[in-house]
Amino acid sequence: MAETTLAPTTARAGGIRRRTEAARAAGARSVLLHVVIVVGALAMFFPFYWTVVTSLTPGSGLSSTPSLIPADASLEAYQRLFADLPFARVVGNSLLLATVTTLAQLVTSATAAYAFSRLPFRGRTVVFGIYLATMMIPLQVLVVPLFAELRAWGLVDTYLGALLPTLAAAFGVFLLRQAMNQVPFELDEAAALDGAGHFRIFWTVILPNIRPALATLAVFAFMGSWNSFLWPLVVLRSPELQTLPVALAGLQGQYTTQWDIVMAGSVVSILPMLAVYLFAQKYVIQGVANTGLK
Amino acid sequence: MTALVGEAAAEVRDAERATTRRARPPRPVGRNRRGRRLRYTLTVLAFLLPSAVPLVLFVLAPMVAAAWISLTEWNLLAPATWVGLENYANLLSDPETADVFLHTLSYIVGYLPLVYVGGLAIALALNTALRGRTLLRGVYFLPVITSWIVVALVWRWLLNPSNGVVNTVLGWFGIDGPGWWTDPAWAMPSIILASAWKDLGFVMVILLAGLQAIDPELLDAARVDGAGWWRRLFSVTLPLLSPATFFVIVISLINGFQVFDQVYAMTGGGPGGATQVVVQQIYDLTFRYGKAGEASALSWLLFVVILAVTVIQIRGQRRWVNYG
Repeated sequence: MAETTLAPTTARAGGIRRRTEAARAAGARSVLLHVVIVVGALAMFFPFYWTVVTSLTPGSGLSSTPSLIPADASLEAYQRLFADLPFARVVGNSLLLATVTTLAQLVTSATAAYAFSRLPFRGRTVVFGIYLATMMIPLQVLVVPLFAELRAWGLVDTYLGALLPTLAAAFGVFLLRQAMNQVPFELDEAAALDGAGHFRIFWTVILPNIRPALATLAVFAFMGSWNSFLWPLVVLRSPELQTLPVALAGLQGQYTTQWDIVMAGSVVSILPMLAVYLFAQKYVIQGVANTGLK
Repeated sequence: MTALVGEAAAEVRDAERATTRRARPPRPVGRNRRGRRLRYTLTVLAFLLPSAVPLVLFVLAPMVAAAWISLTEWNLLAPATWVGLENYANLLSDPETADVFLHTLSYIVGYLPLVYVGGLAIALALNTALRGRTLLRGVYFLPVITSWIVVALVWRWLLNPSNGVVNTVLGWFGIDGPGWWTDPAWAMPSIILASAWKDLGFVMVILLAGLQAIDPELLDAARVDGAGWWRRLFSVTLPLLSPATFFVIVISLINGFQVFDQVYAMTGGGPGGATQVVVQQIYDLTFRYGKAGEASALSWLLFVVILAVTVIQIRGQRRWVNYG
């Protein structure tokens, strides 16, 4: 909202002085704005900084508050994390589940989106409506029967049990269908004239044209799985099958006052997600922005 | 759990529109008409089943099962016994039910204004010609990608009553900081603070996208007419931003009623039940007290409340949401 353009009326009689005054006021306001927004950003960032500092200060929290810049930084907390606990295994579990979930959701969402965008059939609107409705059902309602269902199949405390409910998500179908509807139908028709069937059109025409939406979905699916808590908490019981968030919550109970270890675990949990984010920031922010625009 | 209900109704309309401007499907190569139709049906199924099977098995079927379980007494182990509506009657007459809903509501009432006003302020600032805008936006967004558990743990440490950094800094100014999550009066504000920190960037990005869609000429026109900054904000910007605002409120209420992860990791519902929210209660009923039937009834109650709140908002949006 900075006054970058001046209203035309001020340019007239005696306008020059008034203009410089306005420009100076605008300049001062802009500086103030910069200061406020940068201080705000620093405040937002501080918890991350503090997490790292704490993880590098051995014995944090037992008796004292760590200093802002650790005097003798050490990786002791990380060593203990990986030596005392099956933490490497836990990180591996999270990576495995997040990767499989992401790949599965890309496949199930893309195929369903193609059907809703390109394959007219009777009752399609109703079926799409049901898909959208599943987004409104809170996981909490499903937890008890899901647990019973997977226990009946003998899948409690297995990777498969953790994975099955995450294979398909209506959000992805919705996102990709939106993107596919933007791909000109003339492209399919041209391919069809060349003798391509639906599977060829899907693979060679549609998918290459919705790469940004696929990237957005991949990041969201990965993030959803990496950060998910309630379902892994319920279904994965043994320590060596646990995922990062569940293990972290447990860590807290185990090392109530050893904040350096708890914070080291937090850093380990943030880093991979941070890497994904830095790599695909554009798609994450675009994805969030688009969901709100419609 | 990403729920985009606000759009659901509009989406179904869109779907209808998309069908009417359908492209001619590529001509199948089947020999006769029936063979062609069968082939087309199989094609549709091939595209639809990979998502439909998991959604039916792991969302729709459990949803129906939850309704049935809610009418039984069941400890997850012994066979369930039919009790009719008894679970619902118990819940509705139990003052604890009112308590857990009130705690959830107090979370929402604290959280929503904080993220909306904060997110709006940052979005307004970032919408100006600001240097380093992308970097700043990235920093504000960072907590969004962090898991709720990490957020809860980090804030438990920041707000540690004895040697957390917040109380240490307050101590420099001679202020005796509160007990935060160990104090029944301050536990919910602690959770609200941590949650707002995490979600601020999410709200900011949605509002920023809304702001960028506003025609700058409208603001210029208001300026020429002598409208000051606040006047332009309330008379031009906010009305034009109402669709984004509506979206933020709908999503925040849906997620707010389902608040759980950060509560579980920060207070576990304590101290003394001060932060026992609905989902924490569902979890405890199921896995601590072996009352799966009552838990299912409570989860259905929660679903109905969320549904009602969402429908009321969608109905009421015509009064204040301005879709250009």
